[in-house]
Amino acid sequence: MENKAIICRDLTKQFGDFKAVDSISFDVDQGEIFGFLGANGAGKTTAMRILCGLSYPTSGTALVAGFNVYKQQEQIKKNIGYMSQKFSLYDNLTILENIEFYGGVYGVSRKDIKTRSTELVSTLGLENEAKKLVGSLPLGWKQKLAFSVAVFHRPKIVFLDEPTGGVDPITRRQFWDMIYQAAADGITVFVTTHYMDEAEYCNRISVMVDGRVEAMDTPSNLKKKFNTHSMDDVFYELARGAKRSGD
Amino acid sequence: MFSITVKNIIKTYNGVKAVDDVSFDVKKGELFGLIGPDGAGKTSLFRILTTLLLADSGTAEVEGHDVVKEYQTIRNKVGYMPGKFSLYQDLTVDENLKFFAAIFETSIEENYDLIKDIYEQIKPFSKRRAGKLSGGMKQKLALCCALIHKPEVLFLDEPTTGVDVVSRKEFWDMLAKLKEQNITILVSTPYMDEARLCDRIALMQNGKIMSVDQPENIVNSFPKLLFAVKSKNIYPLLEALRTDKDVESCYAFGEYLHLTLNEDGKLQAVIDIASRYHPEDLEILEITPTIEDSFIRLMHEQKEVNHGK
Repeated sequence: MENKAIICRDLTKQFGDFKAVDSISFDVDQGEIFGFLGANGAGKTTAMRILCGLSYPTSGTALVAGFNVYKQQEQIKKNIGYMSQKFSLYDNLTILENIEFYGGVYGVSRKDIKTRSTELVSTLGLENEAKKLVGSLPLGWKQKLAFSVAVFHRPKIVFLDEPTGGVDPITRRQFWDMIYQAAADGITVFVTTHYMDEAEYCNRISVMVDGRVEAMDTPSNLKKKFNTHSMDDVFYELARGAKRSGD
Repeated sequence: MFSITVKNIIKTYNGVKAVDDVSFDVKKGELFGLIGPDGAGKTSLFRILTTLLLADSGTAEVEGHDVVKEYQTIRNKVGYMPGKFSLYQDLTVDENLKFFAAIFETSIEENYDLIKDIYEQIKPFSKRRAGKLSGGMKQKLALCCALIHKPEVLFLDEPTTGVDVVSRKEFWDMLAKLKEQNITILVSTPYMDEARLCDRIALMQNGKIMSVDQPENIVNSFPKLLFAVKSKNIYPLLEALRTDKDVESCYAFGEYLHLTLNEDGKLQAVIDIASRYHPEDLEILEITPTIEDSFIRLMHEQKEVNHGK
């Protein structure tokens, strides 16, 4: 149990008659890069909201960083980081102000905020931009900064919801360098993506279809199982029978 | 004859050049792709060509009409599907279709052949409000509305962004069918793998076009031999190879690394270099580049040019 970042058993979320998440079970190891894939409307977002302590399941159990998704939502929130393509940083705050704000919200001490933010700004090579508004940064930089901010409080797990959508191919790869670095530092990475090459960068992936986890394994085992060389084909085979299509 | 001609278009927002001296032509009946990440200038170009935005300088024509002087004529001849869902959320599927048909003084029946395949998929939801549709269905409705007046040119701004592999494939199948009707299609996408489904593409980055050609020509003009390298524990190998003195570039591409050498050599040269780092289960092959390989290469060239200035 010690080395599991997430333990999920028969997790279900029902809206009326509709099972958005239908009895999913999986474990994610500490330090693992876990790809959470699925067709549109498969229930990924609903499942992620539960795991992030933002929504209660209807039934089943889940432990995130050792905390119960029913009773310990606040502890979960303190121990995870979150970043998405849609919302990441405040455009009207400077880079430093954003870092200070997030650090403060997550209860990082003033002293640590100061040392770590100087460190972070220099690692990202943003010394000259530190006092500029985030809104003025190119998208690629913003996303890299957003990721750094999401792991600023050294969470056990970071949830990334399509972090590289719309990002250029070089920045996309630099972003994955950061993911690898975080994983090497022991942070568990839980990531969704529509780029199938990125699925290959994950240690393991799961594919959700119509609320259920239809497949879960290493990318190479999945390709073997479906007798193909591309994750695109694996995904297509699994998802083409999907009855639902949503956001 | 050209369906779209763009000459030296520049568009600036607060001193930032969103579109920076862009020129290209699209032939009648062509499926032409603007390929590039967010911020490349794709949406600004779409808005200029659909007469919704004025360029700072340069000229553009759609079906032979100037986008500034003859904007009213153009609006009757084009269909536009913006990146953001822009139909009336409070109207039902049918009401939206009827509304757009009425505006263009036509009816759903008049050009039914054109939208039939797509319309039949959303027909079961015809009484549902557009705002309550799933993402995939919204996309299909938006495409129907853009086609209802049988436009000569169809503008599709990132129709597949954030859409899963299955729906993306379906959408491109629909485009292939529309192309058979001789409709000119200008489509933008951040997904490089969709480039090969277009007749010709423009690779865009930072407001500039880096290359315009048929996808296979772009790939064939890749100036170096390209190798795919695979091993156990690929990440340490990537880190080692990209700082190796003989390696020009090394990027992760799914389960492989794609690599070029400073001085082109045979497969053996790559094996020798990779072996310096004692990788297990090493597998190396020479490969044909993808559009993404070309895109990355062009981005580097663009950066070097900028530094040269």
